[in-house]
Amino acid sequence: MDRSNKGKFLRLIHLDLTLLLGLLVISGTGLVVLYSAGQRDLDLVTGQAMRLGLGFAIMLALAQIPPHYFRFWSPWIYLAGILLLLAVMVAGDISKGARRWLDLGVLRFQPSEIMKLAVPMMMSWYFANKPLPPRLWHLLGGVSITGVPFLLIAKQPDLGTALVVGCAGAFVLFLAGLSWTILLGLVAALGAAVPLFWTFAMHDYQRQRVLTFLDPESDPLGAGYHIIQSKIAIGSGGIYGKGWLNGTQSHLDFLPEGSTDFIFAAFSEEFGLVGGCLLLTLYFFVIARCLYMATHTPDTYTRLLAGSLTLIFFVYAFVNSGMVSGLLPVVGLPLPLFSYGGTSLVTIMAGFGILMSVYSHRRTPTR
Amino acid sequence: MKRWQPFAKPATGEPLAREKDNTAESELFFRRALVVLFAVFLSFLAVAGRLVYLQVLNHERFTTLSESNRVRLQPLPPTRGFIFDRNGVLLADNLASYHLEITREQVKDLDTTLAELRQRIELTDADIERYRKLARRAPPYTGVPLRFRLTDEEIARLAVDLYRLPGVDIKADLTRRYPLGPLAVHAIGYVGRIDENELRRLDPGQYSGSTHIGKTGVERSYEDLLRGRTGWQQVETNAEGRPLRVLSRTPPVPGQHIYLSIDVRLQAVAEKALEDYNGAIVALDPRNGEILALASQPTYDPNPFVNGIDFASYRLLNTSKDRPLLNRALRGIYPPGSTVKPLMALAGLEYGEVNRYSGVFCPGFYRLPGSSHKFRDWRRGGHGSVSMDRAIAQSCDVYFYNLAFNLGIDRIHEFLDRFHLGRPTGVDLPGEKSALLPSQEWKRRVHKHAWFAGDTISAGIGQGYFLTTPLQLAHATAVISQRGADFKPRVLLATEDPGTRIKTPEVPRPLPPVTVKNPQFWDTVIAGMIHVVEGGTAHRIGIGAKYRIAGKTGTAQVFTVGQNERYNASRLARHLLDHALFVAFAPADDPRIAVAVIAEHGGGGSKTAAPMARKVMDAYLLDKYDQPAADGARDTQGDAQRDGSE
Repeated sequence: MDRSNKGKFLRLIHLDLTLLLGLLVISGTGLVVLYSAGQRDLDLVTGQAMRLGLGFAIMLALAQIPPHYFRFWSPWIYLAGILLLLAVMVAGDISKGARRWLDLGVLRFQPSEIMKLAVPMMMSWYFANKPLPPRLWHLLGGVSITGVPFLLIAKQPDLGTALVVGCAGAFVLFLAGLSWTILLGLVAALGAAVPLFWTFAMHDYQRQRVLTFLDPESDPLGAGYHIIQSKIAIGSGGIYGKGWLNGTQSHLDFLPEGSTDFIFAAFSEEFGLVGGCLLLTLYFFVIARCLYMATHTPDTYTRLLAGSLTLIFFVYAFVNSGMVSGLLPVVGLPLPLFSYGGTSLVTIMAGFGILMSVYSHRRTPTR
Repeated sequence: MKRWQPFAKPATGEPLAREKDNTAESELFFRRALVVLFAVFLSFLAVAGRLVYLQVLNHERFTTLSESNRVRLQPLPPTRGFIFDRNGVLLADNLASYHLEITREQVKDLDTTLAELRQRIELTDADIERYRKLARRAPPYTGVPLRFRLTDEEIARLAVDLYRLPGVDIKADLTRRYPLGPLAVHAIGYVGRIDENELRRLDPGQYSGSTHIGKTGVERSYEDLLRGRTGWQQVETNAEGRPLRVLSRTPPVPGQHIYLSIDVRLQAVAEKALEDYNGAIVALDPRNGEILALASQPTYDPNPFVNGIDFASYRLLNTSKDRPLLNRALRGIYPPGSTVKPLMALAGLEYGEVNRYSGVFCPGFYRLPGSSHKFRDWRRGGHGSVSMDRAIAQSCDVYFYNLAFNLGIDRIHEFLDRFHLGRPTGVDLPGEKSALLPSQEWKRRVHKHAWFAGDTISAGIGQGYFLTTPLQLAHATAVISQRGADFKPRVLLATEDPGTRIKTPEVPRPLPPVTVKNPQFWDTVIAGMIHVVEGGTAHRIGIGAKYRIAGKTGTAQVFTVGQNERYNASRLARHLLDHALFVAFAPADDPRIAVAVIAEHGGGGSKTAAPMARKVMDAYLLDKYDQPAADGARDTQGDAQRDGSE
């Protein structure tokens, strides 16, 4: 099959070759790293590969749907998401001290995951109907659309997801062209809200996380243990790393959560600075490609949605690598396409599916 | 369609009616996307910078931390050397035993765990008390012993349920064992758990991994030989501290086996000879200073001390009036009584105050010139006219009162000091007492009083301030028997490398010999001592002896009899009776054994102490033992070898 044929085929199934390659390289590398970080457990790798397969299938499926369907369904999906979040508040299952799960008998899922897609969709829908850049009173609508699910999720509590949802809304606002003056005002207002948030809205364990972040050595055997061991893993990796399967921190169990949230530390221990920078470059490449695709979509709805979904992916990658290396506080976000685990993987791949859809359907406007 | 100008103010009064302009919005989005891309780049750059900080700038620090996470240095405690008697009879070895250990960190609720254990094995309150005490000091991740010497049945009962009791482990270790129990305990001593004071004093490198240390006896004095050297291994451990593999290993050097000069057969004879008297018997070979028997009565079993004796038993031992823990041979201080008379006679000859023919009339008492105070002779009627030989043989007090007065305390002190009376003999056992050889200087210093002539008179017959240990008496007797040749008393006969089984004998350690102006002085005094046994105060033990004995009886006053009263043994309570002493060596012409006997409250030396010495000398010189040495010795040694190789 020659190049044009291949391109033709991918166009036919609504996939972008460049982005697809980027995603495949990252997730392929992730499987190799997971084999080592997961103590050579092939079952773990097989399970993750199957999840990735499911993720790519979802991406492929969503890529087939023309964007105007997304646009039409945006408010309804959002509304359904809010209702489910309220249902969680009332009747959700509690695990690990947080009420996040909704048990529908056959299916047990986290409605907050839906909001990671529903909030950017709803925000894009809302601003696509307004002349841009948005005015101050449009901001009110945007803040409520994002704020309600944000608060509902933060209340569960699930700081990581709330952060993602909040960022998704903020990114739409920013991409929609909210004036810098208002943006600065918002930032200042947020800064003022932090102390209030600290006192009234945060749980003890969340406060502890922040305090531990500021001084991990204050509690080396408790909350600070994760981050200290993670830094040791990364730092002892050096420039070239200890080599695949040779990481002592991860293989001897000193690194907690080495195959899930802290897989970046296990990776950096074995592949060093060179590996770490290559991985960051890969993520940057994927994000750049997605932003390129976003700018090449026909209308405001698709642009805002594509840009926002891209940035959700960025938030995952940045917050996780920043947290693991001790740059940011410990927030339970996985490294996308790397960390073992399924829930957020499916959401992220669904996001890429929507991205593929809006880009490949760029000649068919949503309205 | 009106083109929308982003920063143009809407005209006043005109209602805000903007329309969407896709091109402008697209451009706006493009600009914002560029900003976002730049921000993403900066964010990743920050993470990359952080990686450089961790992986390049702090690489060495984190490598060290990662290594110290992973690699742990484990001490390998050495196997302690065994102790044998001079014939190879096993006195101390190591027995593989099992104990129960609890690691506090892994236990959820200590009280329930203890209750669970109590249902399965016997746990005394003392065990639990001791555990709690130890556990308070130990780091939470180390196992602390709860019960020692688990029986096979107990191990079986525990093993079944061990998985349900996290933090509870059965550990194998080598426990010191003293197969002969109390026999010779005052010489052998015992090991015990390292206590806090010792922990501060000890080299942490050498003693990490070790739990026990020699507390008394040769276990303490030869700790360094017996202990060996701690080995080390580097192990890779996981986060739980579980060792995964050994990276490198320096094996421990096992401790040396040591052979004592003590003959346990003779020791048994000596301990038996003391009957139920508290006291001590020290027997040594005068030709080289080897201690053949070191009996101190009462004795105790050292085995319970090894893993921590319980408080009640210890208090019983420690507060008993008989003081079984006191090593009377080295630390018991007694007036030497008349046993010092041969040395006094020697001093008289040396300083020319008397010769062997000079006579003294003994009327039964002695009065200092110009004093009415009567120093009484032990024989009420007196001995009549006595020469030196008869004075020693009959233990005439008046002769020695007179001699002491003529010598004066300074010369007495100077001369007796040569025989190590009142100062340590330097024996290789811990805790030897100096006792006291009084002098003018000493009395001034301690009692803030001038020396009186009466003090000299008392000292002349080994009373008054004069105090000695049984070991000092045995040693001084040995020096007399050798006519001045002096060896440091010792219990170490030889050491043996446990690997090669090569024995290295200890060489005798000669001390500067005691010299007198005329060597015939020795003969005179020794002749007197022979006559003690042959027709003298100890004539009863001379009967039937197959060798010649030179000896001297002694009776040390515990209770001062009033000037006009009579000492009546039958009317006094046992604890007020005099101490019975006897020193001797034999055979008189070729001495191979020197003995000192002290039987507390034994009454008289001739009646009580002398027969004890005879039993010891008979056993040694005539090889008359209750049980043969060789058979048992070979067996136990075989056992020892097996244990040692484990």
